[in-house]
Amino acid sequence: MNLKEKISKTELIGLYRDMALIREFENETYRQYMQKQIKGFLHVYSGEEAIAVGIMSVLKEHDYITTHYRDHGHALARGLDPKRIMAELFGKATGYSKGKGGSMHLFDSSRRFMGGYAIVAGQMPIATGLALAAQHEKKNALVVCFFGDGAMQEGEFHESMNLAAIWKLPIVFICENNLYGMGAAVDSTYALHDEIYKAGDAYKIPGYKIDGMDLFEVRNVMQKIDSHVRDGNGPVLIEAQTYRFRGHSISDPAAYRPKEEVEYWLGRDPIVLVRNYLIEQGLVTEEELQEADESVEQEVTEAVGFAQESPFPEAEALYDDVYADEE
Amino acid sequence: MTEINYRDALNQVLIETLDSDPSSFIIGEDIGPYGGTYAVTRGLTERFGPERIKDSPLAESVIVGAGIGAAMGGMKPIVEIMTINFSLLAMDQIVNHAAKIRYMSGGQITVPLIIRTVTGGGAQLAATHSQSFEGWYASVPGLTVVTPATAYDAMGLFRSCRELPDPVIFVENALLYSLKSDIPDDYYTVPIGLADIKRSGDDVTIIAYSRMVHVALDAASALASEGINAEVVDLRTLRPLDIDTVIASVEKTHRALVVEETWKTGGFAGEVSSLIHERAFDYLDAPVQRVAGEEVPAPYSSVLEDLAFPYVQRVIESVRSLLSS
Repeated sequence: MNLKEKISKTELIGLYRDMALIREFENETYRQYMQKQIKGFLHVYSGEEAIAVGIMSVLKEHDYITTHYRDHGHALARGLDPKRIMAELFGKATGYSKGKGGSMHLFDSSRRFMGGYAIVAGQMPIATGLALAAQHEKKNALVVCFFGDGAMQEGEFHESMNLAAIWKLPIVFICENNLYGMGAAVDSTYALHDEIYKAGDAYKIPGYKIDGMDLFEVRNVMQKIDSHVRDGNGPVLIEAQTYRFRGHSISDPAAYRPKEEVEYWLGRDPIVLVRNYLIEQGLVTEEELQEADESVEQEVTEAVGFAQESPFPEAEALYDDVYADEE
Repeated sequence: MTEINYRDALNQVLIETLDSDPSSFIIGEDIGPYGGTYAVTRGLTERFGPERIKDSPLAESVIVGAGIGAAMGGMKPIVEIMTINFSLLAMDQIVNHAAKIRYMSGGQITVPLIIRTVTGGGAQLAATHSQSFEGWYASVPGLTVVTPATAYDAMGLFRSCRELPDPVIFVENALLYSLKSDIPDDYYTVPIGLADIKRSGDDVTIIAYSRMVHVALDAASALASEGINAEVVDLRTLRPLDIDTVIASVEKTHRALVVEETWKTGGFAGEVSSLIHERAFDYLDAPVQRVAGEEVPAPYSSVLEDLAFPYVQRVIESVRSLLSS
């Protein structure tokens, strides 16, 4: 881990806090799921926080984001309100999608957070269209498209890479390689599993492999490619090596993963890494991070309180938002 | 009034759309200098340039996805899927995404996208190029499905579709492109969700859409010489479906026949038939009948293909049998 840039203490604490917020939020969703306040599928982002936080910290207001169904972390890192995300998970009318999208389909158009998508790779073709809209708008914006290693096995990945390449679309494709597509190890499902970042070669898209557990490495690569993509030189592909600290979803104990492998990756906890680094380098004090931790706990508690107190949707809402004219 | 064919009506309304809305553009396979497989986009590249008439790779899923994303970003894309057979390769984008993003986002995001495609058989293109899947799309909440049978309806419906903030499957028919009809010189629209009585009659109601409207009309003409006055209802829009016009007709004629090109099993004609039974059972003098495609993949040889899809004589016989029951 190596901080190569000048960055204020407030900003550093802010980045740490964003990661801690995701972890605490996700831990809380587990507790709430056990208490049956959250139902359906629940895929948590624990272990992968450095990627969302590192990337989002470089993005601008007009940039678009699309992601997959493990989307709470991206949403929080983009600044969506934990209260309204939790309310969505609780199926409440105050959620971002009024309780109609749930965990896998978070949207906030005001932050150009254009959705969590629950069909693997489904967000990738959509990212190409958002890139066209970004070009048309002429605000020098880009699109960040998150996906997992599983998505690279889908045809939509290849169709999207090809279109983005030939039309030089401003898209940052970010593969969060956590080594498993559900329960299937990527080395048994994807021919290029050990060189995922080279998947762009077939489309002349530059690829970067980074340590997805290292916040500063993620931030650095995004800063490095930012103007390349914004200025019309076409897309890039980033492979961020990471690991799911929990199973695919809440119902998956992940017994298929070797114990040693899990232990190795738990030992590379991105939050612990950044915390230790900041303290060792004397950039922040233990107390300051402790303070951040406490404010995060407070924020998540408030999110749960908000979700609990919020009303469920009215029955009349069932038919709202199928079409525009029925609102 | 000006006489114009179905293809030119579409070509003109596309030009009108691109002229009037700078956020509108077209994506599709070979829609550029080639002019489109059915020549609907002929001349558009010369007029609007490749930035707005975007020749795409052969990749239906990303073509539709690009349209969805651009629409989410505030543009008004028009996507051409060469034929409805190929739309199966984009089914994920159409059904899982285009149709659902408004709902899944709690109304935050709209997808004003028109997907133009071509349905139907009858051109000896065999099993993979002769299918009619518009009924499948019509079963999906969030989509609007229109199926114009004439140049007049094609132009008028397109004008209505481009005002919609939601995704539309605009279903053209390969065998109708050269068919001419009169179009008013003044601006007009055809409302979405309004069926049209293409021929009035009192003895039996024949319900159809797209090319089958013309099969029904030909049958009705022949039946008229036997003294049978058939009313032909063109659904024009499958979703939202104007069942009221159908019911009103059936209440008058007491007999109904639904003609559809695709297979009977799971077809849209079954939906129409069921709705008539639900809504107008007491008015019926006989059970609703269906004339539909044979339950086979479309064959190549014309001798066989002619038998596979509904044709005029089958409709005539079906009406006769309906009236004698």
